[in-house]
Amino acid sequence: MSFPWAKHYTPAHPFMKWMDDRLPIPRLVYNAVGGGYEVPRNLNYFWNFGFLAGLCLVLQIVTGIVMAMHYAANTAVAFDTIEMTVRDVNWGWLMRYAHANGASAFFVVIYIHIFRGFYYGSYKAPREMVWLLGVVIFLLMMATAFMGYVLPWGQMSFWGAKVITGLFGAIPFVGEPLQQWLLGGFAPDNAALNRFFSLHYLLPFVILGVVILHIWALHIPGSSNPTGVEVKSSSDTVPFYPFYVAKDGWAIGVFAILFAIAVFYFPNALGHPDNYIPANPMSTPAHIVPEWYFWPFYAILRAFTQDFFFIPAKLMGVLAMFGAILVWFFLPWLDKSPVRSGGYRPLYRKFFFFGLIPAMLVLFYCGGAAAAEPYVMISQLAALYYFAHFLIIIPVVSAIEKPLPLPFSITESVLGKDDEAVLDVSAAPASAV
Amino acid sequence: MARILSILVGLFFTVALAWSFGKGAYTQITEPPAATAEHEFHLHPKELHLASDGPFGKFDKQQLQRGFQIYKEVCSACHSLSHVAFRDLAALGYSEGQVKAIAAGFQVPGVDPTTGEANTRPGLPTDYFPKPFANDTAARAANNNAIPPDLSLMTKARHEGGPYVYSLLTGFQAQPAALLKEFPDAKTPDGLHYNPYFANLNLAMAPPLTADGQVESSPGNPKPTVDQMAKDVSAFLVWTAEPKLEKRNQTGLAVVLFLIFATVLGYMSYRNIWAGKKH
Repeated sequence: MSFPWAKHYTPAHPFMKWMDDRLPIPRLVYNAVGGGYEVPRNLNYFWNFGFLAGLCLVLQIVTGIVMAMHYAANTAVAFDTIEMTVRDVNWGWLMRYAHANGASAFFVVIYIHIFRGFYYGSYKAPREMVWLLGVVIFLLMMATAFMGYVLPWGQMSFWGAKVITGLFGAIPFVGEPLQQWLLGGFAPDNAALNRFFSLHYLLPFVILGVVILHIWALHIPGSSNPTGVEVKSSSDTVPFYPFYVAKDGWAIGVFAILFAIAVFYFPNALGHPDNYIPANPMSTPAHIVPEWYFWPFYAILRAFTQDFFFIPAKLMGVLAMFGAILVWFFLPWLDKSPVRSGGYRPLYRKFFFFGLIPAMLVLFYCGGAAAAEPYVMISQLAALYYFAHFLIIIPVVSAIEKPLPLPFSITESVLGKDDEAVLDVSAAPASAV
Repeated sequence: MARILSILVGLFFTVALAWSFGKGAYTQITEPPAATAEHEFHLHPKELHLASDGPFGKFDKQQLQRGFQIYKEVCSACHSLSHVAFRDLAALGYSEGQVKAIAAGFQVPGVDPTTGEANTRPGLPTDYFPKPFANDTAARAANNNAIPPDLSLMTKARHEGGPYVYSLLTGFQAQPAALLKEFPDAKTPDGLHYNPYFANLNLAMAPPLTADGQVESSPGNPKPTVDQMAKDVSAFLVWTAEPKLEKRNQTGLAVVLFLIFATVLGYMSYRNIWAGKKH
């Protein structure tokens, strides 16, 4: 994308000119994350999480490739090869813990990224495609993480795989044959482990591809911003380099500190102890729980305890669990409010902070708790709100709400007046470049 | 149109959930779930402080050696330690010669070089700790139908693993009268042993540490009371589960300090670049 005032790439070195004439990769980078990408000046720290998510993906791919060098996808030895990696491979423990906690970090970042989108209406025109691709990435991440958790072939790996693949059995008529076809057997076994490993190695690169599309689609209209007011003039934006490179840079530092503390001092805090017990199909764990990042959706799955007319409870749960994410695809068309940012939408804002966020946190908690009362009843209420929020409240609110007056421009929202347009933005970074 | 469709789909899910909630609430009121002995009498692990705790934790090698001695003389009769090799014991402060001697004290599966028949031979440092039972069936047959679990990862395979092992080893007791009064059906079956730190209160393992001085103590070490032995073997199993703990702690300190330094620099350059640019 390009605003008229965006700087153009001019190769300084003869080699870069030679390169630019033949394969303009330097130009691509310059326009994507360099001085050629003009970004609203008023982004807050929630806008750092896209960059952090990209970092997490790279981290997972790098540590994952190293893990794969020492791993064997065979039910007889899979558990032992992970232990060998941790005990006998140089820095193997670091790779393992970084990869396992990297998945958690990725989901922390992505949940914040998604909820930033909810609050600031990032899904609205003209960024629907950015949003849709983002939901695709999230679904791919969930599939990848699920299959990755199966690979160590511990108790939770096996039983988690059994429960989740069992969901396909709820599909009428074709469910059971479909489940057996997907697993290559009647229960998760060597065939399943092998294909999960194959897909676990493949999907991250698919994610990488969709991430590129996600960024491409983002660069057409350019980044959104906390006011939701579109960019109007050159005083509204700053070039990505150096401004947002510097801001992302120090955000990466904060993220890396927190991540290092988790990896080096609490490497098993987010895992389940049962996964240090080798898989045993004859012994069911007391509580089968997936990894924490699936808990809200697992809670929704379990919230449907009663058959609904002719639909069995299990099928309702499966429909709802997938529906809970699929509904995000429709968000750009459910939320008709012309105002993007929750900051100027008093009613939407209330439902976001006092409805959606608490409901999501409750679902998180209940999904990790035992499938017993009172957690099931609490999760039923939270799930009820969740569906009501997206499918009923958002369409109704967007119809009846009276939004607050929007600032004239991003510059006005920052300075209280918009008279900086005369000052050239490119003057500011001169000292820094 | 989209709005009406959306509200209808929303009603479908919310009504189904309300229905599930209503039925669940009704069941709760009419048939409140019965209390269980496990729920009321299960105890959380006791406190246990080890030298390896915390971000600056280091293993107490003397204690690990004592714990290893207890594993060797008591636990190894039934429990395997299959992820640990004899060579790993060098980390406990044993010399190369001592490791060789320890390994040679164990018989490991081998092959007769002349006949090719399966036999046993003295262990080498590269060997792993041998399993006490040939297979699960043999393990069950010898242990009242329970398989003694492998101990390599035990302290990571339970919540609060170190304290858990310590509590379990010191937690055997007679079944409380209050339990039997409230749950007459929950009497510990013959052949099992009551222990409130075990998830379902009754376990097949008989109390393994029964008498002070059960293992011989060497000079300079604390008296081997049951409590001390339980602590030592718990410390040893923390090591078997996480042998790289010290290196992890030390590396972590260096990494975090470096990252704080780099982040401060990053923050300063961020402030510098954005100086004069209101946002």
